[in-house]
Amino acid sequence: MSGIIGRKMGMSSVYNNEGNIVPVTVIQAGPCQVVTIKTAEKDGYEALQLGFGSRKEKNISKPVMGQYKKNNLTPSYILKEFSFSEISNYKIGDEIKVDFFKEGEKIKVRSKSKGKGFQGVMRRHGFGGVGGTTHGQSDRLRAPGSIGASSYPSRVFKGQRMAGRMGYENVTVSNLSVVKILPDQNLILVKGAVPGSINTIVELLKK
Amino acid sequence: MIDINNILPEQIKTDLPKISAGDHIKVHVRVIEGDKERIQPFEGDVISIRGNGINKTFTVRKVSSGVGVERIFPVNSPKIAKIELLKQGDIRRAKLFYLRNLSGKAARIKTK
Repeated sequence: MSGIIGRKMGMSSVYNNEGNIVPVTVIQAGPCQVVTIKTAEKDGYEALQLGFGSRKEKNISKPVMGQYKKNNLTPSYILKEFSFSEISNYKIGDEIKVDFFKEGEKIKVRSKSKGKGFQGVMRRHGFGGVGGTTHGQSDRLRAPGSIGASSYPSRVFKGQRMAGRMGYENVTVSNLSVVKILPDQNLILVKGAVPGSINTIVELLKK
Repeated sequence: MIDINNILPEQIKTDLPKISAGDHIKVHVRVIEGDKERIQPFEGDVISIRGNGINKTFTVRKVSSGVGVERIFPVNSPKIAKIELLKQGDIRRAKLFYLRNLSGKAARIKTK
């Protein structure tokens, strides 16, 4: 899926033609430089490796820096691969800017969601908790309940939903419409919310 | 860092009177009924101003036939045709939520 890399700047709102408020997420998208072109002959698949932002040379490992030096590029903050259908239209060093998208277009946005820490089953999986507080019951309000049968199978099945780390996982939101594009400032305004906190790196994907 | 609430300057109004909390104002609101548009005024005291740029809103409170009515307006909304500043209030805090607990003579705001 073709797309570009951006950084979530936060949420704001704009007025549409009817004068109603539209909630938008402001994303600084691109410019992304083409760092590597993966071809079917050499790599077995076709893709563009895009770089976004900038990073000091001392903060990049030498093998990765060699990839930039080979083509006289400045090091990027982050590299991500996207499968473009027409990779022959691009060459190394090309910049893909936010005008890659059009206003009114529906896009997908993928990013890491906010980390919630270690959470119980009620928060993490929407369990109802066990029973009430009366009839001699205590400490069971938010408990997961039974996690399986006894002598058969004598084990807990894989995938049993339990408490654990929640959030900070890749989440893709589909069908977000592009409300506005500001090419001068490399900004794209997408209707609705996008996973993650401010300054999260996001992938904007064409449908 | 980009100020995300001021990235669309064409949507931010500059011709409005400077209002602050405590002011007595009249907001002319565009109301669309069917295919006709008319202006509906809402008169009351500004009890709060919050946000900045395009997200700035103000709250207007009035007492209508004994019932307190509050309405929150986005400052830059195209649905606000006009804001009339009727009286400037002399107040000592930025948010006047304490007026909700007062009534009658106690709920008056001193004028400048």
